[in-house]
Amino acid sequence: MATIFQSSQRSPAASSEEHVPAARANSVLELIGNTPLLEITRVTEGLLRPGVRLFAKLEGFNPGGSVKDRAVRHMVEFGLRRGELRPGKTIIDSTSGNTGIALAMVGAALGYPVEIVMASNVSRERKKIIEAFGAKPIYSDPLEGSDGAMMVARKIIADNPDRYFKPDQYNNEANPLAHFDTTGPEIWHQTSGRITHFVAGIGTGGTVMGTGRYLKSRNPAVRVIAVEPDDAMHGLEGLKHMASSIVPGIFHAEELDQRMAVSTEDAYEMVYALGQIEGVLVGQSCGAALVAALQVARGLREGCVVTVFPDFGDKYLSTNLWIGWEQWRKERLQKLVGKWNASANAIT
Amino acid sequence: MPVKVRVPTPLRRFTGGIDEVAAAGESVRAVIEDLEKRHPGMRERLLDDKGELRRFVNIYLNGDDIRFLNQLNSQVKDGDDISIVPAIAGGE
Repeated sequence: MATIFQSSQRSPAASSEEHVPAARANSVLELIGNTPLLEITRVTEGLLRPGVRLFAKLEGFNPGGSVKDRAVRHMVEFGLRRGELRPGKTIIDSTSGNTGIALAMVGAALGYPVEIVMASNVSRERKKIIEAFGAKPIYSDPLEGSDGAMMVARKIIADNPDRYFKPDQYNNEANPLAHFDTTGPEIWHQTSGRITHFVAGIGTGGTVMGTGRYLKSRNPAVRVIAVEPDDAMHGLEGLKHMASSIVPGIFHAEELDQRMAVSTEDAYEMVYALGQIEGVLVGQSCGAALVAALQVARGLREGCVVTVFPDFGDKYLSTNLWIGWEQWRKERLQKLVGKWNASANAIT
Repeated sequence: MPVKVRVPTPLRRFTGGIDEVAAAGESVRAVIEDLEKRHPGMRERLLDDKGELRRFVNIYLNGDDIRFLNQLNSQVKDGDDISIVPAIAGGE
């Protein structure tokens, strides 16, 4: 088996086996991946040229509820294989939520204790879910954000280095490899190899790097586009504003064809629209992904655009995402649909 | 009415990297306007085009969320503590 460091050099054949959903599983880990691809048809109605299709991969269908299940399973499995994780050790990492949930779930399934360092302003739902899986939450200063949580985790490990296994999702090549091995092949098969553009948000960069590498290995013409917040001060949970953040070691900007910036307000409005027009309730990073993917798709004469919805929206119902949305529903929904229709008329 | 304002990392580029600055004003809105004078660029990150608090920004006055007080019109006293906290815990 290839090592994780070979992900960018691996041949498509090494990862091209089709993943068939398990009819019966012995572990929840076997249920990770094989998520459905949904064609976005209602939000995009009248906006795309006839030869253009837009799909979203619904990662909320993973057992831990997010795309992070994939990377965490890979990182933990590689840690076990290398002997870095073994009985007696505790899994620890800093995370703003979904990775913490995935680590808590995988740790529980494998019988390892888990400690999660997170800024204290993560949503109530996420804290509860992490605790419900039996993991120990450690809270860091909300003013310091995810970088602050990272520093706290580093200190805890430095104080007791033999006790912990830190997957280190920002620098662990098993993270993008998970997507090279699973997300990429799934999208390739689900689109029958017709994908032309892949659009995904940057959190650690794992999804966009690993999936992008796989898709380009199958067809170098596939364009890989990364999405990030338009400002350091943003409300897009799970996404990183790269210019103002510690750049993850697994992120390689030179492999991307394009980077797009999305405003928090546009992403939030897209979340509302997805719920009320498409019937898909998702988190804010999904709204940002679709804003960018729609912009890409509208510029095409023909093509197949695929984006990733990292999770569903149930974990965010208590967050600021939903402040003032009733007002938006009254005032903006019809206006927004009108705006889209006007734009559509302009391009047809 | 000098008050202490705790600044989150995404806004420290406007304060020269400092995490706590002084400002003055009789309401939270007035404090924000004063912050803008001292550290240009702050206002736009905190308030939207209509002058309302952006949805993804939380402001705490002596530990209380101003959305549960009198919003931007919440009264500020000498020596109060104001914390600006992004509504999210950052990227991952």
